[in-house]
Amino acid sequence: MASRTETLDGSALPGDPWAWRRRAAALAVGVALVAAPPVLPSYALTLLTQILIYAMFAMSLDLLLGYTGLASLGHAAYFGLGAYAVGILSTAHQASFLACLAAALVLATAVAALFGLVAIRAVGVYFLMITLALGMVVWGLAFRWVSLTMGDNGIAGIERPVVAGVALAAPLRFYYLALVAFALTFAILLRVVRSPFGLSLRGIRETERRMRALGYDVWLHKYLAFVLSGAFAGLAGALWAYYDGFVSPVEVHLVTSVETLLMVALGGPGTLVGPALGAAVLVLSKNLLSLYTKRWLLVLGLVYIGVIVLAPKGLVGALRGERR
Amino acid sequence: MEFWLTQAVNGISFGAMLFLLASGLSLIFGVMRIVNLAHGSYFLLGGYVGLSTAMRTGSFALALLAGAAAIAVLGLAMESLFLRSLRGQSLAQVLMTMGFALVFQDLSLLFWGGDPRSIPVPPFLSGSLRAGPIFVPAYRLFIVGVAVAVGLALWLFLDRTRLGARIRATVDDAEMAEGVGVSVPVVSAGVFALGAFLAALGGVVGGAFIGVYPGLDFEVLPYAFVVVIVGGLGSLPGVVVGSLAVGLLDNFGKALFPELSYFTLFAPMAVILALKPTGLFGRR
Repeated sequence: MASRTETLDGSALPGDPWAWRRRAAALAVGVALVAAPPVLPSYALTLLTQILIYAMFAMSLDLLLGYTGLASLGHAAYFGLGAYAVGILSTAHQASFLACLAAALVLATAVAALFGLVAIRAVGVYFLMITLALGMVVWGLAFRWVSLTMGDNGIAGIERPVVAGVALAAPLRFYYLALVAFALTFAILLRVVRSPFGLSLRGIRETERRMRALGYDVWLHKYLAFVLSGAFAGLAGALWAYYDGFVSPVEVHLVTSVETLLMVALGGPGTLVGPALGAAVLVLSKNLLSLYTKRWLLVLGLVYIGVIVLAPKGLVGALRGERR
Repeated sequence: MEFWLTQAVNGISFGAMLFLLASGLSLIFGVMRIVNLAHGSYFLLGGYVGLSTAMRTGSFALALLAGAAAIAVLGLAMESLFLRSLRGQSLAQVLMTMGFALVFQDLSLLFWGGDPRSIPVPPFLSGSLRAGPIFVPAYRLFIVGVAVAVGLALWLFLDRTRLGARIRATVDDAEMAEGVGVSVPVVSAGVFALGAFLAALGGVVGGAFIGVYPGLDFEVLPYAFVVVIVGGLGSLPGVVVGSLAVGLLDNFGKALFPELSYFTLFAPMAVILALKPTGLFGRR
């Protein structure tokens, strides 16, 4: 059995023997992320950039899944909206980086705000179904509104941005853009989950009825978490479009939504480090598996099944010695 | 006029195929409250097993039977070995069924290759009939016939047999049903197998109509969900209305507003859900 090593807001207890180790580990990872890339081979840099972007996406979903207890099956919609905003504006209208980024954020946030009105009413499995349905609305548009989205062919030729006069076409420079975005996302989400608002979210996750009886506006808390989560997914999607140079309906598909759920479940819901770790494991295994075997989809499927059977609390849970 | 009639016939026959696919999903959902992302895979695998059987034996009837029966066994195994222990854990169920969907997708690519295939139909089903101003392919009528027969059989089974009553009791309130002596695990396993059977039957029927090809599983899955969501989870009349509505909406949407065709399908569904989260015929 693991002893409790955290207070409810996730900060260290006084006298927690693990606190300094965790801080040291966080510092080491941070230094490595800043210092190592210039000497990394280009393939590793590519993978690391992908991991950072997917980690942002997974962390945004975790605000809903891990902290609020709402499993969304349509989170790829906001990622895709961010990606398509960049794809369409930067190719057809040659919009600047800031304009594209703002449009991506506004679009993802606005759609999340609209969909949230519909979705938050539902609970349990019905929330899964309704978010799945809403995700399909966006996917359907991406797939069929060919004059805007190029349909199944996708939008190609998205060029890396120029930020404040600095061209970020080189992989290393783009990596640092992704790192800044990741660090900002991590810091903001950490502030959110440790704030009174974040604590209320966890209260709702544990016992919604008690929170309601205590006078909390449960609907509003869930709704704000939903919108915020959509906004950060949109930010991740915008970066992905710039990174990949290509946007297609795959980005919005149900499979992408479920893959992100797996990242969170694999890493450990209800922590921010967990989803980032889950994103890293999944991006690495997808990329490396597809190098070595044609049957990587089969292996990926077995990973899904294995995670549920072997590590239902995720990697972070397994590291802490928690079991089901 | 001919346009409207032809599109209506196409829509109804597509709806009939959707009925086969979605009735099983709705039953499974009603009894187990499980979001099964591998349901489209049953459709695909049923189609492939039917294809192989038709190629070996030359019999379309055997293809229907073999495809449906094989996948029913597969569904039964999946439920009893992997899903039963996850009762009530919706996220774990979603991830587990997604894992199976990916495994099935890759295995079917391995066994049947990446080329689109089509199941050969007997000669008496391959012509067309003249109905007023339009020609109706006999096979489309056959699909509607199969769906009506299956629908009637399901209704009789659920409404008139003791086992059907047990299933309905479990849909309404699993805990209560267990309390009065219904073995919920046995009912669940049976319903899961039946659901897989129906989806696979739809896959064989559809395999001679839209073909069998990689990616078909995730192509039909959204349709199945739309039907079930619109109609209400676990309701047979809901599936009938839902599959007809989706079949017609999809056909007319594609013909009239090609660019917005999925939108015309999914947006009404989102609106229905917003107004009535349990679907048109669903109860809490």
